[in-house]
Amino acid sequence: MSRRRVVVTGLGAISPVGNSVPEAWENLIAGKSGIAPITRFDASAFPVRIAGEVKGFDVAEYLSPKEARRMDVFIHYGMAAGIQAIRDSGIEVTEANADRIGVNIGSGIGGLPMIEETHDDYLNGGPRKISPFFIPGTIINMISGNLSIMFGLKGPNIAVVTACTTGLHAIGTSARMIEYGDADVMVCGGAESTVTHLAIGGFSSAKALSTRNDDPATASRPWDKERDGFVLGEGAGVLVLEEYEHAVKRGAKIYAELAGFGMSGDAYHMTAPDTDGPRRSMVNAMKNAGVNADQVHYLNAHGTSTPLGDKNETEAIKLAFGADVAKKLVVNSTKSMTGHLLGGAGGLESVFTVLAVHNQISPPTINLFEQDPECDLDYCANVAREMRIDVALKNNFGFGGTNGTLVFRRLS
Amino acid sequence: MENIEQRVRKIVAEQLGVNESEIKNESSFVDDLGADSLDTVELVMALEEEFECEIPDEEAEKITTVQQAIDYVNAHLKQ
Repeated sequence: MSRRRVVVTGLGAISPVGNSVPEAWENLIAGKSGIAPITRFDASAFPVRIAGEVKGFDVAEYLSPKEARRMDVFIHYGMAAGIQAIRDSGIEVTEANADRIGVNIGSGIGGLPMIEETHDDYLNGGPRKISPFFIPGTIINMISGNLSIMFGLKGPNIAVVTACTTGLHAIGTSARMIEYGDADVMVCGGAESTVTHLAIGGFSSAKALSTRNDDPATASRPWDKERDGFVLGEGAGVLVLEEYEHAVKRGAKIYAELAGFGMSGDAYHMTAPDTDGPRRSMVNAMKNAGVNADQVHYLNAHGTSTPLGDKNETEAIKLAFGADVAKKLVVNSTKSMTGHLLGGAGGLESVFTVLAVHNQISPPTINLFEQDPECDLDYCANVAREMRIDVALKNNFGFGGTNGTLVFRRLS
Repeated sequence: MENIEQRVRKIVAEQLGVNESEIKNESSFVDDLGADSLDTVELVMALEEEFECEIPDEEAEKITTVQQAIDYVNAHLKQ
């Protein structure tokens, strides 16, 4: 029996550049930055005072006040993006198909804001002040849980947690579940919301964040010579994946095929990147998709804007593709505009990669003022580019040395 | 200043996500207003917060209707 094919039939996004897929994509193509001074808490004592916050999000569009109060913000974002994606797909959940539709939306850290607030309540008022909804409001699999309850989705119910590769791994593993026959449809991706004292403080202490507080819009500058760290972002990106024949039979709109998925481990260092792990991830994904390196036109990079990470990914791409082929590839980092959504990154950036294939256009990598000579690929600097994209790759790498790559293919 | 009955009804409406007009004093939180076990724990916490009192668990278990909540607050409120 031939392998079941997987296609993308629905998209949803809550992001620093917009709270719907069309709005986010329009801003992305226009090269607009979503980075600004932190408003969620008083960051004046912190060395980092900028972030890619979600702006103007109204949870009441998606959840009742009672439901919303019991879920931390990452769940709000994940639910909202999931609801958007399900609506976009036009899938109707019935008694007959409910157990063939699953959910797999992860998060890297989970309910940190509510953990911090509840700890304050406890310190101020003792154990009686801890809400019975504290645990279900903060644990990572509750986007999948709550979304399944809302829509009656009775297929696989799971949540991947692999730091900044979370969203990508959720999508890749979901595709495998469809291929293997566990489900016909999977609602999958990642969400994050940790613009808090402890997250900004922790990443600051690790010297991972940009300190360009005086110029937030240019702080995230992947592959620029003056890049000085990533900018924390928040939001969610969710895809509806569907078995190809299933999608065709119901006349669904198909954005692209998810043709391959690769994974690897660095086995190297807790936080520092390694070249061989990402290389193997990309090679595994292309092998799984059955595509040659020279068939790939576009790569949505992990591209976080850290001095080490951007150079490392560039090296890994050259090793995976071969130096000559890599030079012809268009490599792009949408984090230059959204910041780094951690566990949400792979979800949101997969939405963007699918749209790049669907619309045949690469978003720009903004803030590339002076390209680092050690990063010598075509990064689609500063201006979006209409181009032929038959096959696109999407990379994400996470703390712990966990790597993932997806391959999206244009369906003709 | 609203009276105790009004304040209790307001908290019940907010916590359980129901309209105040649907709430009768004899309404049971679980049977009539759709509360589950976690909702009732949180409701008691909200009453404690509003009336600055502490409701012991064995007392809280006996508060199953709006009227019982009003009665408890009336009997125990610090004047």
